[in-house]
Amino acid sequence: MGTADTIFALSSGAPPAAIAIIRISGAQAFEAIELLAGRLPAPRRASLVTLRKPSGEELDQALALVFPGPGSATGEDLAELHLHGGRGVVRAVEATLAMIPGLRQAEPGEFTKRAFQNGRIDLNEAEGLADLLAAETEWQRRAANRMMGGAFSALIEKWRVEVLRLSALTEAELDFSDEDDVQAHNSQSISDSCRTLHTAIMEVLNTPSAEKLRDGLHVVLGGPPNSGKSTLLNTLVGRDAAIVSDAPGTTRDRIEVPVAFDGIPLIFIDTAGLRDESHDRIEIIGIERTRAAFDDADILLWLGAENEGPPHPQLIEIEAKSDDPAHLQKSPVAIVVSAMSGGGISDLKAEIVARAKHLLPPPDRFAINRRQRHYLEMVVADLAEVSDSHDWLIIGEHLRQVRMSLDRLTGRAHTEEMLDALFGKFCIGK
Amino acid sequence: MGARVALVSFDRATIGAMSCNPAIGGLGKGHLVREVDAFDGLIARAADDAAIHYRMLNASKGTAVQGPRIQADRRLFKASIQRQLAGHDKLTIVEGEAAALCFAVGSGTRVSGLKLADGTRLSSSAVILATGTFLGGKLFRGEERLTGGRIGEAAATILAEQIRGAGLPMARLKTGTPPRLDGRTIDWSQLEEQPSDAGRWTMSMMHSHRALPQLFCAISRTNSQTHDIIRSGLGRSPLFGGDIAGQGPRYCPSIEDKIFRFGDRDGHQVFLEPEGLDSYLVYPNGISTSLPTDIQEAMVQSMAGLEQCKIVVPGYAVEYDHIDPRALDSSLAVRGFAGLYCAGQINGTTGYEEAAAQGLIAGLGAATRLFGMPMPAIDRSNSYLAVMVDDLILQGVTEPYRMLTARAEYRLRLRADNAPTRLTPLAIEAGCVSSERENLFKTRVERKQALEAAFQTKLTADQLLRHDIAVKPDAGRMSLSEWLRFPMITGRDLVAILYGADMEVDEDALAEVEQDSRYAPYLERQDAEIRNIAANDRIALPDELKYSDIAGLSNEMVERLEAARPETLSAASRVRGVTPAALAAILVYAKRAERSRSIAA
Ligand SMILES: Cc1cc2nc3c(=O)[nH]c(=O)nc-3n(C[C@H](O)[C@H](O)[C@H](O)COP(=O)(O)OP(=O)(O)OC[C@H]3O[C@@H](n4cnc5c(N)ncnc54)[C@H](O)[C@@H]3O)c2cc1C
Ligand SMILES: Nc1nc2c(ncn2[C@@H]2O[C@H](COP(=O)(O)OP(=O)(O)OP(=O)(O)O)[C@@H](O)[C@H]2O)c(=O)[nH]1
Ligand SMILES: [Mg+2]
Repeated sequence: MGTADTIFALSSGAPPAAIAIIRISGAQAFEAIELLAGRLPAPRRASLVTLRKPSGEELDQALALVFPGPGSATGEDLAELHLHGGRGVVRAVEATLAMIPGLRQAEPGEFTKRAFQNGRIDLNEAEGLADLLAAETEWQRRAANRMMGGAFSALIEKWRVEVLRLSALTEAELDFSDEDDVQAHNSQSISDSCRTLHTAIMEVLNTPSAEKLRDGLHVVLGGPPNSGKSTLLNTLVGRDAAIVSDAPGTTRDRIEVPVAFDGIPLIFIDTAGLRDESHDRIEIIGIERTRAAFDDADILLWLGAENEGPPHPQLIEIEAKSDDPAHLQKSPVAIVVSAMSGGGISDLKAEIVARAKHLLPPPDRFAINRRQRHYLEMVVADLAEVSDSHDWLIIGEHLRQVRMSLDRLTGRAHTEEMLDALFGKFCIGK
Repeated sequence: MGARVALVSFDRATIGAMSCNPAIGGLGKGHLVREVDAFDGLIARAADDAAIHYRMLNASKGTAVQGPRIQADRRLFKASIQRQLAGHDKLTIVEGEAAALCFAVGSGTRVSGLKLADGTRLSSSAVILATGTFLGGKLFRGEERLTGGRIGEAAATILAEQIRGAGLPMARLKTGTPPRLDGRTIDWSQLEEQPSDAGRWTMSMMHSHRALPQLFCAISRTNSQTHDIIRSGLGRSPLFGGDIAGQGPRYCPSIEDKIFRFGDRDGHQVFLEPEGLDSYLVYPNGISTSLPTDIQEAMVQSMAGLEQCKIVVPGYAVEYDHIDPRALDSSLAVRGFAGLYCAGQINGTTGYEEAAAQGLIAGLGAATRLFGMPMPAIDRSNSYLAVMVDDLILQGVTEPYRMLTARAEYRLRLRADNAPTRLTPLAIEAGCVSSERENLFKTRVERKQALEAAFQTKLTADQLLRHDIAVKPDAGRMSLSEWLRFPMITGRDLVAILYGADMEVDEDALAEVEQDSRYAPYLERQDAEIRNIAANDRIALPDELKYSDIAGLSNEMVERLEAARPETLSAASRVRGVTPAALAAILVYAKRAERSRSIAA
């Protein structure tokens, strides 16, 4: 470590928030606390301190915590300042820290990287932590906590041990079956075990990805021009994000607005109204994008004629402009709203939240990210092929690929480990 | 290649002696033998010259894991080696004890030759140490202790001193051998026989048929009485008394180890293998031991068929010095020295095949350096040779290293039957192949290519069905080599469709094409992986890289990397415990160091 800079960053949600936490990690972390607080509190104890600029001017009354390395979360000396929120205070403290030679603002994910490099966490935990740092809502924070607590790593470890066992059986069959001390196994028991493993991994693959959780579910508004999509979006998000006019074709491009309902991250997406006979080139492009947005939608709010929306598992029929006597009527399955009067808006919000909760993994389950999904999908594909094969060589090759994919997930490797499993198990050799 | 070589050994007559089991080949080992043969090494030809029993291990499994193995007549094996050596006009055999390495004047690291115990000096630009179990060798049997590398032979004690003094990392390992039995006192009639297999294959590509009459082996078993006898002797075993510090092999344990570790087994197989056509000695494969002689006798006589059996030479264990092979580079040269190489058991391996393979690598290393040529491009994706060297120099050894097919990640392409295809072109380029082999190889390549071309012919499922090959009628139209992916279709079937049932084709070439086709989809998938490795192989890591300076490496990783000093980034990735994150850190550090060096220059 030695020469690395001391880094600091705001590590709680973006201000304004009730409490803002600034973390400082590196060889000069404690020196920085002493400089600002006038003293160094006892390790791992929250102590009330008064933070001051070098000029003596008071910055804030804060809680300070110090964690000596290598036992800290980053493996280095680590300090936390719990400030009383307020952008002004946070900015002033950051500016004061930045003035200390050797200290600098952390790059995104740098705390995690240090923790990983100092062997405090493995790759999966590191990814959980990175997500945690980016987490802005409570829901995300809890799921990320799970992954960081190692639930996912523990699961992969379990799978890995099982694959090692199956590989050892296969290798014993290949390298030592001419010796009577290796009982003849049939490939059936291996394929059965692979099938069980396959099912377990599929279950994890079937939960939504961590990116969804981090970036928010896509809630897309769709319908013909002038159906009131932009107005509804503005009402739902509580500000004028999209332009509204009575001219059809006002919205030409998609508009994304991130919000959180009930601690669930959502991204509302407004689209260009759908109509078939447009000749305006820009509008045609807009409509193409609309179709793409539909494909990518987690929840679709449909303002057009009933049952004429695009096929989508989470389509909500909306009967909009209910205050207008001439509005488009729908059957009772539709949620009746008026963006003008606010009627039905809370019902719609409740429906969106209910559907979102169903789509997201419950907060006590971890979510996997795209990279993890990619390798798990490879694992599953190879396991499926093991079940189909009776050639030990091919079984061995697929299991090797499975090991490789799992190793990539955890960032570890090696054939040697498999040999250990092999020799630990059998009395092999003449 | 044209290098002048002196072969120094205690006793000219022991060159070609088989210390232990007179068998060559086996799973993984058979691959090595074929690969050495592909470079024109002697071991496969000597094996054929002496073979009295051929057996293809794993015959029921895919070719990639089939291991050709022969049992040799010990005397004929040695005779063949001696005859082949005598045919090399650039090779001189020098009898004597190698006592010390000589270094160039004013240098402690530049080898200039060898000093023998009688004072003779041999000058040379490279020295390859292949001292086997003789370096600091010590023999154990019950309470007995002897100095020596093999029973009845001296140890290399003086040389061991010098090497230890030179600061090379050394450690001790142990191995053992079973008692030799008098075959005339065995009741063969009671025992199950194992005949030589019926195939026509040979160890060397240069041989087309088996020369000697074939003998059979027999199989006996240990039983609960045997195990009781062994247990009663454990207290007198040097292994359990703590006298032997060296680690023995897990895959070749002594019988007392087996009983101790896996005591619940009701019995262990013992193969009774004749040692020669005109020898009555029998090698009981499976009961390597260093128990006292009286226990060995009782143990042997407790087994079926051996009730009256006499032991001619009791078994023993040998503990010896070896060098930590992580001190070597990929040509088996000792890092930090110029012209010093190590090969064979001295590097922590066990087995004739492993030793022969390393002799080849070290010899190629010394000769190519001498002539300023590149080392033949062997790597883990084209040979077991490279798998072994790479394992040794990166991982080191904690037990005697033996080849296993499980060690080769690309084993689907590393078959014993395609060793010439994989390696002989490299050998020809390096100039180490006789013209006789080169011609034979060219013919083989032509035949194979002709078959490959023919197998591009496309046939429909209907056409196959008409020739009584059971395929699904809707399977479509494919090339013959694609049809071969179905396990029930053989190359022979397809040749019959192409040319008629009586067509004679080269069986070896056909078998090779068949196997290539069968596993083609897997090989293609591995290609990407191999390209990736090759890319990382092009990133050389400087020998002076200071791993302890790299932030983010654990102490354990630093220790392993410092010991192994990987030559390339991909080698570093194979060092046990090195994670992708660590690899990224190494890469960044190496690049930065390189840049600051080039700025300074
Ligand atoms: C007791 C015993 C049991 C074994 N059991 C097995 C087994 O079960 N399975 C298995 O696969 N392998 C076994 N082996 C191993 C196998 O025999 C060796 O791995 C293989 O022979 C090593 O080859 P090598 O060329 O390295 O050394 P060796 O075959 O040992 O040859 C070394 C040669 O160097 C000569 N020499 C050494 N030092 C000097 C010196 N200073 N000056 C001059 N000459 C010198 C010796 O005389 C000898 O001829 C056993 C070996 C022994 C001794
Ligand atoms: N009375 C009433 N009028 C509404 C309501 N919602 C929207 N409107 C009006 O309907 C017209 C079109 O509204 P927008 O929100 O721009 O419609 P849009 O679907 O986004 O239209 P495009 O962007 O052109 O596809 C505007 O004149 C709005 O004022 C509503 O709830 N009640
Ligand atoms: Mg609009």
